[in-house]
Amino acid sequence: MNTTLLADTSLPWWSWSLDGWIVVVAILCASACAIPGSFLVLRRLSLMGDAISHAVLPGIAAAFLLTQSRASVPMFLGAAAVGVLTALLTEWLRTRGRVEESASIGIVFTTLFALGLVMIVRGADRVDLDPGCVLYGAIELTPLDTVEVSGIAIPRAAIVLASVLAANLLCVMLLWKELALSAFDPDGAKSQGLRPGLMHALLMTMTAVTAVAAFESVGSILVVALLVVPAAAAKLLTHRLGAMVAVAMALGAAAAVIGHVAAIRVPALFGMGSVNSAAAIAVVSGVILAVVVAALWLGRQRGNVAQRVLSEPPRGPSPEVRRESSEAAGAAAR
Amino acid sequence: MIAALAGDHNVRVVVLGAAMLGGACGIVGTFLTLRRRALVGDALSHAALPGIALAFLVGTATRFGGKSPLLLLLGGALGAIAGVGAMLLLRRASRLRDDAIVAAVLSVFFGAGIVLLSVIQGMRSGHAAGLESFIYGRAAAMVAADAWMLAIAAGTVVLVAVLLSKELRLLCFDEEFSKSIGWRPGVLDGVLMALVTIVTVAGMQAVGLILVVALQVIPAAAARCWSDRLSHCVAIAAAIGAASGAVGAVVSAAAPAWPSGAVIVLVAAACLLVSLVFGSARGACWRWIAHWRSTRRVAVEHLLRTLYELEEAASTEAPGEGVAYATIAATRRFRGGELRGGGLHAAIRRARRLGLVRSGAADTIVLTSAGRLESEQLTARHRLWEHYLIERAGIAPTHVDRSADLVEHVLSPELLARVARSLGAATAAAAPSSPHQIERPDASMRSAPRDPRPAPPRDDPR
Repeated sequence: MNTTLLADTSLPWWSWSLDGWIVVVAILCASACAIPGSFLVLRRLSLMGDAISHAVLPGIAAAFLLTQSRASVPMFLGAAAVGVLTALLTEWLRTRGRVEESASIGIVFTTLFALGLVMIVRGADRVDLDPGCVLYGAIELTPLDTVEVSGIAIPRAAIVLASVLAANLLCVMLLWKELALSAFDPDGAKSQGLRPGLMHALLMTMTAVTAVAAFESVGSILVVALLVVPAAAAKLLTHRLGAMVAVAMALGAAAAVIGHVAAIRVPALFGMGSVNSAAAIAVVSGVILAVVVAALWLGRQRGNVAQRVLSEPPRGPSPEVRRESSEAAGAAAR
Repeated sequence: MIAALAGDHNVRVVVLGAAMLGGACGIVGTFLTLRRRALVGDALSHAALPGIALAFLVGTATRFGGKSPLLLLLGGALGAIAGVGAMLLLRRASRLRDDAIVAAVLSVFFGAGIVLLSVIQGMRSGHAAGLESFIYGRAAAMVAADAWMLAIAAGTVVLVAVLLSKELRLLCFDEEFSKSIGWRPGVLDGVLMALVTIVTVAGMQAVGLILVVALQVIPAAAARCWSDRLSHCVAIAAAIGAASGAVGAVVSAAAPAWPSGAVIVLVAAACLLVSLVFGSARGACWRWIAHWRSTRRVAVEHLLRTLYELEEAASTEAPGEGVAYATIAATRRFRGGELRGGGLHAAIRRARRLGLVRSGAADTIVLTSAGRLESEQLTARHRLWEHYLIERAGIAPTHVDRSADLVEHVLSPELLARVARSLGAATAAAAPSSPHQIERPDASMRSAPRDPRPAPPRDDPR
């Protein structure tokens, strides 16, 4: 939305210093999101990602109102705190208020979002704190905000996302066993003395921190897409948790690269300027999921189709089974 | 000020429109929440965005113009229908769970919407400013035509909810049964989804695509706290939704700087908070009061039984001498969870007020005659259950005390009579002998903590 340019054929369409960094930021974001995302999908908490990424708005607004500046550290802390608060409130509403789970998620995040909107409009109106910026992000602008690290100008977003990715990896590697057992069998984990509640809190914190770090640069919708969509596709492709996380990271990274290239190149085919990269990445990740689902569905259907066309009785056993059984019958007769 | 507002035609339009939207959302939301699909509206409202953007593009390219509200709504509805279709397809073709499906459809469709919006912004002819209102809402800018549209949407919802009330009720509570009597839950689900689509798309422009979800979820959850009957819930949810819509619209009309959609949602959330605490069906305060009362009763009952058993064990001593607090405390621990606020002393105060015990010599208490009768019945209850567990459930005598402690307070007289009959006792009124040893701490133990070791197993004395 922010850097929509009309197509200008005199410039090269790809610039390493801009597009290269955008892709790097997007890949880092996708990989960082895939880790908590996989656990969210497994624990049927996908909507928590959606909820947290909307609900952090009042945290950002509160940090802004308290510090009266757009410094990122207080905003980051405020947003992460509200993210964790979202998870706690949802849990509280579900157990104490006896509200059904998805309804409690919906109540908490919409209320917090409304609160955030009021705070921003009432308190931060005169300054450039635009809810739109939170929702869509500005991945195209990330290469412009750089930090010098040993002589190389690196975008701040890349550094932030790389540290979040490292923290997520570290967390998951240290607590792999605990997280896995809590995800698949909370009661079993409890019986082993593992405190699944603590693991739940850790997962929520990880999600909140990742979502906040990511949407500062890429917007909250892309965060939801990158948290859930690659992980959902990966879940369909493998039955092993480790492989699922790895595949989710890879699919997310692929969506990041393809999405950014498509955002520049596809509209150019129609003579239009580039479109919002973050949103294009979300769409591409959806396309990847659709392809995975379709491929698996066709794979399952092919057996049926072939059977219906080839075999004599429409719903009889497959030819191999029939041959084996006739051989067995022949052997018995002999 | 209110009178001035009421006289303003624009304000009346906005308040009426917001109230109708809130009411319609409340009705639909009740059914959705019962179907455990509270967040389908969320996915639909996000999925409507690409449809709206496409409608804008089509409108700009044709002679309708990009701002034709009917065209935009039609586009939004088509987008929402495409979102529902995508969710149904994913549910059928993959083994993904509902939560992942909703989140995936929501984010991908919204991404597509943002892509299209950035295309529109890139066009020289396009002015996408009006489309932003679908994301954040602009209730204050509602005109009569918008209010009429909301009225039609709300009317449709009410009509369908009334005509199909029986069918929708069965769908929510017993889908399998509705199948067995030949209804098709898929069709009914489709009707429900159509209603959601109507209110979501109609409401997006007023309160924005995220907050329209709030209007579907929050009044429904609040109504659930007040009643266990579906018809009442629907009516209460509609009332809460309409009231929040009206109040929020009035507030943002009086103070135009407050964003109307957000104020509406915050009013609804306040209603929910009140309902969660004071709701007549599920309100937390009634639970707290009931729990506090039963805890208090249980503590007194435990106190009486302790006194009875101490007296029984000390039958040689002169009656009326009184039992020291410390002896009771050493015999039976009054834990915090068993008795909030004061433990043993609170239980004694309460029993004294009820006339069940009276003070003896320094720091001792004595059972009154009413208290003795009561305590004998309580002890009989406790021991009957203990005997029952030992004889019928084969539980060791050393292990029955704790379980009887928990269950004795809720045994009904009928059940006790049956237990007594089954054990061959003539009546449930007299206390049988205790099946296990009752420890009587001697004076030397008064201040010492109780021996944490379990009592040595004993043979059944019977």
